Amino acid sequence: MVAPYIELRDVRKGFGPVEVLKGVNLKVYPGQVSALVGDNGAGKSTLIKGLAGVQPYDSGEVLVGGEPVHLTSPKDASKLGIEVVYQDLALCENLDIVQNMFLGREEVHQGTLSNGEMEKQASSTLGSLSVRTMKSVRQKVSSLSGGQRQTVAIARAVLQQAKVVILDEPTAALGVAQTEQVLLLVRRLAEQGVGVLIISHNLADVFAVADHINVLYLGTMVAEVETKDSNRDDVVGYITGAKTFTPNLEGAAR
Amino acid sequence: MTTEQKDVDTSLAAKIDTAGGATPPGIATGYEGTAADQFRAYVSRVRSGEMGMLPALGGFVVLCILFQILSPDFLSLPNIANLMTQTAFLGMLAVALVFVILIAEIDLSAGVTAGVGMAVFVQLNNGMGVNWILAFAISLAVGIVIGLFIGYFVAKVGIPSFVVTLGLFLGFQGLQLVILGDGNTYRVTEPAVTAIENSNIPPVVGWILWAIAVLVTLGTAFYDRGRRVRAGVPVRGIGLLFARVAVIAVVSGAVVFLLNLNRGNNPLFPIAGVPIVVPIVVALLWIGTQILDRTRWGIHLYAVGGNPEAARRAGINVAAIRISAFVLCSGLAIVSGLFQASQVGVVGSSFGQTDVLNGVAAAVVGGVSLFGGRGRLVQGLVGALVITAIANGLGLLALPGGINLLVTGGVLVLAATVDALSRKRAGASLARV
Repeated sequence: MVAPYIELRDVRKGFGPVEVLKGVNLKVYPGQVSALVGDNGAGKSTLIKGLAGVQPYDSGEVLVGGEPVHLTSPKDASKLGIEVVYQDLALCENLDIVQNMFLGREEVHQGTLSNGEMEKQASSTLGSLSVRTMKSVRQKVSSLSGGQRQTVAIARAVLQQAKVVILDEPTAALGVAQTEQVLLLVRRLAEQGVGVLIISHNLADVFAVADHINVLYLGTMVAEVETKDSNRDDVVGYITGAKTFTPNLEGAAR
Repeated sequence: MTTEQKDVDTSLAAKIDTAGGATPPGIATGYEGTAADQFRAYVSRVRSGEMGMLPALGGFVVLCILFQILSPDFLSLPNIANLMTQTAFLGMLAVALVFVILIAEIDLSAGVTAGVGMAVFVQLNNGMGVNWILAFAISLAVGIVIGLFIGYFVAKVGIPSFVVTLGLFLGFQGLQLVILGDGNTYRVTEPAVTAIENSNIPPVVGWILWAIAVLVTLGTAFYDRGRRVRAGVPVRGIGLLFARVAVIAVVSGAVVFLLNLNRGNNPLFPIAGVPIVVPIVVALLWIGTQILDRTRWGIHLYAVGGNPEAARRAGINVAAIRISAFVLCSGLAIVSGLFQASQVGVVGSSFGQTDVLNGVAAAVVGGVSLFGGRGRLVQGLVGALVITAIANGLGLLALPGGINLLVTGGVLVLAATVDALSRKRAGASLARV
C-alpha cells in the first residue's frame, strides 16, 4: 500500500457547545480517489474547510507527506499542494478559459502578460486531462456548459501543481453526460499521481470513480471501505446509521 | 481510443467516447485557420451576444446619414472638427467612468469632481497666478485624493458606491461654491488651456503624429506576434496583421487628411489641422487600453467586475483594485474637466453638475455593461460620439432643446435594449448546447 499524502488523526472541531467533528481519521493517497460521503450535517464541509485552511481544526494531527503541519490559512494549504474546487467553482464568466486558469498568478514578461505561454500551458494541461469538449481555450467561461466549467476549475488546480485536489460535490448540478465527463476527468487526475478527495451525495458516482469510501456519520468516521469490497446497500446503511461497520468481518469475508 | 484510457473503468470511458467522439483532438486557441475561419469565428461571437461597440458604431453611421440628409452642414469640414472637439470632454468623462463601471460600481460624483478640480484650477491659475501646468497638477492631485476617498468608503467601509458618490455629488456642489465664492464665475484666461479645444496642430505635425501612431500600431502587432511565435502557439496569418493595421492607417489617415483641409470661410485666415485635443484623447485612450489589456492589474479589474468572490479566492487584493479604479476615474474626470473648461471658456459654480449621467449614458450606449466585467475604454468614447452627434445634429436642425434630451434618452433605452436582447439570445443559444 502506498503511503498516504494526507493523514488526519483524531481531528476535532466544535462550534460553541456543538461538537461537529468528534475525532476523525482520514487518509488520502496519491494517485487514488478517496470519496467522503455522509448525510447532511455529518461534518463533511467542516472537515474540508479544515483541510483547506479556511477553518482550522481545534485539535488532532494533520500529516502531509508524513510531516505534521498546521493548516491555518488557505495559503498554507496551497503551499502544501492542497487545492479545493468548491461547488460554486469561483470562475469569472466574463474571462476566458486561460485567464481563469491563471487568475491571480498570471505570467508576465517586462510587466506585460505572457499570453502565448499561458495559452500553451493551459492547452497542454487540458490536453493531459484528455479534455476535448472545448472549442478553444480562448472561449469565455460564460459560453461553457456546467461540466466544462467544472473541468476548467479542476484544470486550474492541476495547473497549480496540486498534490491533492478536493472536489466538493463536483457533479451535483450536472446532467448525465456531463457527470460522466467529470468522473472520467477525476480518474485521469488520479492517473497523473494526484490524490483526489471527492465529496458526493451521489453514490452511483462514488462507486464509479472512488478507490476508497469514507463514511462520516454525526462527526465520526464510521466506515472506511475499499470500493471493490463494498456495495451500495452497505454504504447507505453506514450513512444513515442503520448498519455498523466492522473491519474484521469485512476482512474475513475477503 | 487512446492508450491512457485503457486502465480506466472501460464502460465509463467507452460511453464518454461516443458522447464526444466527433470532436477533433487538442484544443484550439482561436488563432488558427485562414482569414475566412477567423471571420466566421468573429461572426459567431457577435451572434452569441458579444457585440461590443458594433451597435453604437452602426448607430453613429445611421445618425450621420440621417443628419446629412436633413442638414447638408452636418458632414461639412467645420462641423466634423466641431463634433470631435465637442466629443472630447464627454468622451473623456465616459472613459473615466468605464473604469468603475467595469467593476460594477458607479461614480455619480465624477462630474462635480471635475467641477471641484476646475474650481481649484481657476483659483490657482487666475486668482493666484500659479503656472497653469502646476495648477493642473494640483487639481489632478485633488482628483486622486477624491478617488482614494470614494474607494476607501466603498472597498473598506463597504458602503455602496451609489450612496457614497451621491453624497459627494451633493456635497461637492457646495464645495464648488466655497472654492469659487458665491456666484463667482471665472474666465479661463490661460492661452494654453484655451488652445486645447480651440486651436489646431499644424498639418505637418498632424501627419507626423499619424505616422507615429501607425508605426506604434504596427510595432505592437509585430511584438505580440513575435511573443506568440516564441511561445510556440499558433499565430494569425501575417496578411491579416497587415490588413488590420492598414484599415487603422487608412481610416485615421482620412480623418487627418480631412481636418488638414482648409475649413475657414476667409481665404486670408485658413483654418486647418487636427484639433489639439484629438491626439491627447487618442494617447490617453491608447495608454489606458494597453494597461487594461496587457497588465495583471487590467485582468484583475475585469475579474473583480465579473466575480469578486472568485477574484478574492484567487488571491487578488479586491479592495486595492476597487480603490485604484476610483482613483483613475476621478483623475481622468479632472482631465475631462480641463477639456470642458477649455471649450466653454468659463468655470462657474454649476460646472460639471449635469454631465455625469451623460457620461454613464455614453458608456452604456457604447456597449459597456453596468453589471461589470464587460466593456472597453474605446466604447465610452464611441458612445460619447453618438450622444454628441445627436446634440450637434439636432442643433443644426434648430429644433427645440427638449427634443435633444428626448432623443438622447430614447437612444439610451434603445442601446440598453439591444444589449439585453443580444444577451438573452446568447443565453438561449447556450441552453441549446
